[in-house]
Amino acid sequence: MTNVSLITKGIIKENPVFVLLLGMCPTLAVTGSGINGFAMGAATMFVLILSNIVISGIKSTIPSKVRIPAYIVVIATFVTIVQLLMEAYTPSLHKQLGLFIPLIVVNCLILGRAEAFASKNNMFHSFLDGLGMGLGFTFGLTILGLVRELLGAGTLFGINITGMQHPKMMLVFILPPGAFIVLAYLVSLNRMVQKNK
Amino acid sequence: MAKQAASSLRNMILSLFIITTISGASLSYIYKITAKGIEQSRQQKKIEAITQVLPPFTNNPLKEMYKMPLFENDSLEVYPARKNDTLIGIAIASKTNSGFAGEIKIMVGFLPSGVIYKTKVIEHHETPGLGDKMEQPEFYKQFEQFNFHEKINTVKKNGGDIDAITAATISSRAYCNAVQNAYSIFQKINQQWSADSQTGATK
Repeated sequence: MTNVSLITKGIIKENPVFVLLLGMCPTLAVTGSGINGFAMGAATMFVLILSNIVISGIKSTIPSKVRIPAYIVVIATFVTIVQLLMEAYTPSLHKQLGLFIPLIVVNCLILGRAEAFASKNNMFHSFLDGLGMGLGFTFGLTILGLVRELLGAGTLFGINITGMQHPKMMLVFILPPGAFIVLAYLVSLNRMVQKNK
Repeated sequence: MAKQAASSLRNMILSLFIITTISGASLSYIYKITAKGIEQSRQQKKIEAITQVLPPFTNNPLKEMYKMPLFENDSLEVYPARKNDTLIGIAIASKTNSGFAGEIKIMVGFLPSGVIYKTKVIEHHETPGLGDKMEQPEFYKQFEQFNFHEKINTVKKNGGDIDAITAATISSRAYCNAVQNAYSIFQKINQQWSADSQTGATK
């Protein structure tokens, strides 16, 4: 597998949101707007890349019986770092995502990549895998957030594009059920496109 | 693939011990360098809210903050604002649990006369698209220059003077409730003032 395909597979062929369907909790919960989805994706990508690198680096020193607790400690450390940094430097984002950041620890995408990829490959490849998967996750969350924001509030990244003062939109898309509906359509759309290729 | 360390008890304890130590150490380091920023952004948020609900002031209300008991186990934060040593208003960080979802926190600015200058939402978890319209001027402007002697602070449905948000009467009522909590604190402070001035105390 070439280096480039390591990155692109995470974005298209094995997109964590649309194909692997991993990490559904943040996917559904925080994508009420495009910017929230993007920020959550970026935070996850940061944790994913670093934990992939570290886990790949320490993989041979960890006895296999305790590897899961060891991975979780590594992941939790990076998640806490993200949370502290976010609270200190982007307080408004932290206010909206704060509740969901600690949940990145149990995001099965991260542990899944640690177990399935980083624990078997070298550090550089693990970095590329983390980058690809992180980009794919960010991409998926941003698209999901944008669609929900557009249908539910009539805005894109907070900018009103309908031209109405208080656009009357389909509120359900901002609310939790809308997340399921939009995700289902996006997943099937993605399958359709991939199949026709 | 590199040779895996054997899963002996000694190895397992050692590896977990090392990992947790390193993670603990790095976290305490990060915590140290971000603690100042976190504290600053929290203060910044409060100051911004106070600035928005009171006329311009020159002191730092955060430094003069004190707490007033609201109910038995609860108290609200009170921020006196001064301009060149004259009191020009008090901001009260009020809250209520009667919202549609969780706590609603608002900042209420009172002029010394007891009239509300402005109010502002600090935190809420109301339904997006319905209850969260409390953050829009159509609703919160009703509380500007609100005089408790002239108007009744509750929604029209309950015989008050506040136009509730369409389809979000509970949220509107909760907002009135939070304002009312702030006002009851203000009345307590006011009583203290008049008591102080009668005994001749200077404050």
